[in-house]
Amino acid sequence: MPEITREDVAHLARLAHIDMSAEELDRMAGELAVIVDSVKAVSEAAGDDVPATSHPIPLSNVYRDDVIGETLSNDEALSGAPDNADGRFKVPAILDEE
Amino acid sequence: MTAETAEILSFEEAMEKFDPVLGFEVHVELNTRTKMFSSAPNAFGDTPNTNVTPVDLGLPGVLPVINRVAVESSIKIGLALNCKIAERCHFARKNYFYPDTPKNFQTSQYDEPIAYDGSIDIELADGTVFTIEIERAHMEEDAGKLTHMGGSTGRIQGAEFSLVDYNRAGVPLVEIVTKPIVGAGERAPELAKAYVAAIREIVKNLGVSDARMERGNVRCDANVSLKPKGQEKFGTRTETKNVNSLRAVEHAVRYEIQRHAAVLDAGGTITQETRHWHEDTRSTTAGRPKSDADDYRYFPEPDLVPVVTDDAWIEKLRSELPEPPAARRKRLQADWGYSDAEFRDVVNAGVMDSIEETVAAGVKPATARKWWMGEISRRAKVADLEPAELGVTPALIVELQGLIDSGKINDKLSREVLDGVLAGEGTPTEVVAQRGLEVVSDDGALLEAIDGALAAQPDVADKIRGGKLQAVGAIVGGVMKATRGQADAGRVRQLILERLGVEG
Repeated sequence: MPEITREDVAHLARLAHIDMSAEELDRMAGELAVIVDSVKAVSEAAGDDVPATSHPIPLSNVYRDDVIGETLSNDEALSGAPDNADGRFKVPAILDEE
Repeated sequence: MTAETAEILSFEEAMEKFDPVLGFEVHVELNTRTKMFSSAPNAFGDTPNTNVTPVDLGLPGVLPVINRVAVESSIKIGLALNCKIAERCHFARKNYFYPDTPKNFQTSQYDEPIAYDGSIDIELADGTVFTIEIERAHMEEDAGKLTHMGGSTGRIQGAEFSLVDYNRAGVPLVEIVTKPIVGAGERAPELAKAYVAAIREIVKNLGVSDARMERGNVRCDANVSLKPKGQEKFGTRTETKNVNSLRAVEHAVRYEIQRHAAVLDAGGTITQETRHWHEDTRSTTAGRPKSDADDYRYFPEPDLVPVVTDDAWIEKLRSELPEPPAARRKRLQADWGYSDAEFRDVVNAGVMDSIEETVAAGVKPATARKWWMGEISRRAKVADLEPAELGVTPALIVELQGLIDSGKINDKLSREVLDGVLAGEGTPTEVVAQRGLEVVSDDGALLEAIDGALAAQPDVADKIRGGKLQAVGAIVGGVMKATRGQADAGRVRQLILERLGVEG
């Protein structure tokens, strides 16, 4: 049985920017282990003749023509922003890639 | 910004001790009318945050829809790079937190790129050909544009806040990834530049991208690692991000080779990290080390259904591909009968297309080359423009050359006519008439000038009479001066010899 450790959950929480308490980490580790087991059971049930699927709906090639449609105005675009300046979204400087 | 001055080894010494291994990720912005997953305009330079829809802002409840033309452009790029096209592929979410991506993920492709396993031949200036293997070309979307404010230099260091424009968010991108490139040796920097130039040329020729590097339509991340001579195992690589001019690609690869060599030669180890290229100092500084943040937790995009291709679709797109640039060059050089050196000069001067149009208009290839490489290039240089931007049309050259061929004007006068045309004085024929530039074809007027020149230089006249025919040039010069250049030099020479009773 694949073990989902508390450290694994803490790592995922950090990547997902989710603040989790010690208690939540413990509980989630147990729950995720059950989910992983369930997925494993499905994998075992599906034979080699069952192709992997990335989408539940048997559809493909749903496209749009390359035609310009409605856009938001600058005011509309910024209306939900916590802060803005100079027609643009204003965010705290975050040190990352330039 | 803190100055970091790294030790570097001379390029020659680096090459004696190490073999470079290169790898490139080139991002190409497609020039579709709309974005990858929304119907917002894909346009450069518009008012910030106006080319946006709720999809581009990642607002709750929105659903993306794939742009068919973007998929077709991506397949064309794959075909031009001799790739296999996936029969079936899907999009994936690349999860990361940064304000350039309001959704907190970039819609990209991960395990199933649209195109894979290709190769292209890259020809260096001296004709050496390297084959570069293409690992994959996948579809994704561009991010928004951040401007860091408050810092003294506009860079992120010291910035107090950032402003975000999402006009670019969602613009279709194709990322082309090479396999590791080994064996380039000392040609590595040159090959790097030639590779990016070739990609730019291919996507421009396909018509799928504007391919303007200064606008970020083609952006290059350059991976460099070194291995000691004779060693098989690759060294640790660094990835220099956003090297966005051809010259910078060459310099950045060269610099990283020299920097790695100095570190390794001193017994140190290379840290796997991104590097930032600085054009002003022509050096790189450390960016972000590889870390947890590189775990992007990719998973299949649930809001988009798979892209499935069939032979009919692919063959239709293949039939729409233009002649590849390299094949076209080969054909034109053969058609025009230019030497390798002549043709290379034409390509480097950026006048190949202009010559092609001029030849198509009926001008001889050698004559077309003379115009574009000579007078037109010279004027373009003075005006600080590309030759093709000067406004010289093939029809203009046809008319100008016609005036020369019919003896109405000579080469020297033709330059003045060209000046007049470019100054907006009218067609060549009109300029000739208005400026009174027609050659003096009246023998009487020419003989008068000849007699004057002979009288002015009696010693030269004697030499010619004595059989020294090369002295005629001095008299011709005198006549040209007297007629302000408006004489047919050949006719003048003939008349001088007749006048002096000497056999030509």
